[in-house]
Amino acid sequence: MRNTGEKIFKNLTILSSLVITIITIAIFIYLIIGALPSIKKFGLKFLWNTIWDPVTEQFSALPAIYGTIITSLLALIIGLPISLGIAIFLTEICPFRIRSTLSFIIELLGAIPSVIYGMWGLFTLSPIMQFKVGPFLNKYLGFIPLFSGYSIGVGYLTAGIVLSIMIIPIISSISREILSLVPKEQKEGALALGMTKWEMIRKVEIGNAKSGIIASAILGLSRALGETMAVTMVIGNSYQLSISLFSPGATIASTIANEFAEAFGKLHLSSLIELALILFLITFFTIAISRYVIIKRFEGL
Amino acid sequence: MSYRKRKIINNLMLFLSTLSFFVGALFLFWILGDIFIKGISKLNLRLIIDLPKPPGVPGGGVANAIIGTMLLSLIASIIGIPIGILSGIYIAEYGNNRFAWWTRYISEVLSSIPTIIIGIFIYIVIVVPMKRFSAIAGGVALGIIMIPTIVKATEESLKMIPNTVREAGYALGAPKWRVIIKVVLPSASSGIITGIMSSLARIMGETAPLLFTSLNNNFLSLRLDQPIASLTVTIFNYATSPYKEWKDIAWASSFLLAMIILLLNILSRYYGKRRYHQ
Repeated sequence: MRNTGEKIFKNLTILSSLVITIITIAIFIYLIIGALPSIKKFGLKFLWNTIWDPVTEQFSALPAIYGTIITSLLALIIGLPISLGIAIFLTEICPFRIRSTLSFIIELLGAIPSVIYGMWGLFTLSPIMQFKVGPFLNKYLGFIPLFSGYSIGVGYLTAGIVLSIMIIPIISSISREILSLVPKEQKEGALALGMTKWEMIRKVEIGNAKSGIIASAILGLSRALGETMAVTMVIGNSYQLSISLFSPGATIASTIANEFAEAFGKLHLSSLIELALILFLITFFTIAISRYVIIKRFEGL
Repeated sequence: MSYRKRKIINNLMLFLSTLSFFVGALFLFWILGDIFIKGISKLNLRLIIDLPKPPGVPGGGVANAIIGTMLLSLIASIIGIPIGILSGIYIAEYGNNRFAWWTRYISEVLSSIPTIIIGIFIYIVIVVPMKRFSAIAGGVALGIIMIPTIVKATEESLKMIPNTVREAGYALGAPKWRVIIKVVLPSASSGIITGIMSSLARIMGETAPLLFTSLNNNFLSLRLDQPIASLTVTIFNYATSPYKEWKDIAWASSFLLAMIILLLNILSRYYGKRRYHQ
């Protein structure tokens, strides 16, 4: 009797674990099967052509891939320094008594639903981008192709800014954890040698935690790559490749969100699934890199 | 470098770090403040008890979407919570082997898959065979999204229970599974409940996986095999519509959704904190 209970319970836990594996692998396999018609029709050309036309059934991915990568990189360029600053502030500068309250404030940024970021981005941020930030950047940096042309409010840059706010809580909470792992003796030693507080932070803390910070940045990047609703609402949804950050564009996720429910042609649907497959692979490999960086760093411990 | 110069750099960098925090906090209060100010003025009782009306007709509410979000979360919980807790138990209690390592790894992979891809997966395996968008499809998609968070919360809270607690159970002659259910799980319950609450808050705010699984519904529906409305999809549709009445409803619904999610987060934090004080 006692053994049967144990067996049933243990097998239940094994079964649940198997279910997770099956779901994850099934997602990958179904994406490949769904993408097959499009892969057969367009081959590798899918990756670097720029046409997306449901009427003539011509599809290709480059504008969406470009939009996905450029908005995520923008998010990282803006979000990473701020997140690191927040991590340093919370571990080294802010008084211990209010530390957990202040870090909860940053965590709450991560709890806001993506569609609410989209509302804010569309109705509050994009007018500011259109009438204030866009003309300002164009006036002083307009000679760089990235800032040429007129801002219409929605576009790559606005999407990048909204994404940068969304990845701050991820990057800052992970790098905060990693910074706090640095042994106290080393920090005190550095201060005792006469370093200023910033020199101690830069040489001892960041030096020690470098790979962890890189890993947290990659995790933030992967979140930005797959973010859908906020980007769909502020990127302008134009399937055109454009170098100016002010121009409207599309990302993989925004294209899927806009077109999937209304895709009638089989090839249209299949091309959207191939886009999803590309996104899956990009996120999978960014996560794999971040794991590799972490494991390499800590394998000695 | 002179001491003076080092001192200046030090102060500058510490100032910039502090500034970063205030930038982050500013965005939180800006976004929430925006939602509160624009949302609360449009909030009224009709929003919660009325069904949607066509544009141009005054009034109209999102009662169907509120009930839809609750039903979807319920389906998701029925799927996500047991699978998550059981695998978490496997990893923490039985897991000194490769399969446990693999499960932890694959659950991390699952948590990193963009949620819109989960939506596509459910579209292929549930919506296409049923030939219809449905509440059950949306619920299953959200359930899958819940699993990894709960696995992690369960694993971490079980590992915090000291081994002496388990040994005390074995000493009384109880088999391992009885010790897990009667002794280990109850002592770890606050951590697990915290995990459940924060994953609930997360799926209630999800839009992307619902766009082509549960779709939307202008009527009050409780049927699992029919499309169903949700707060998030309603906000998205209304916010991107050209009608002012609908945009107003989107603001009010955003306020409602933000309140629910903030409340869940604050509750889960309060609950998580309490266990350290006991």
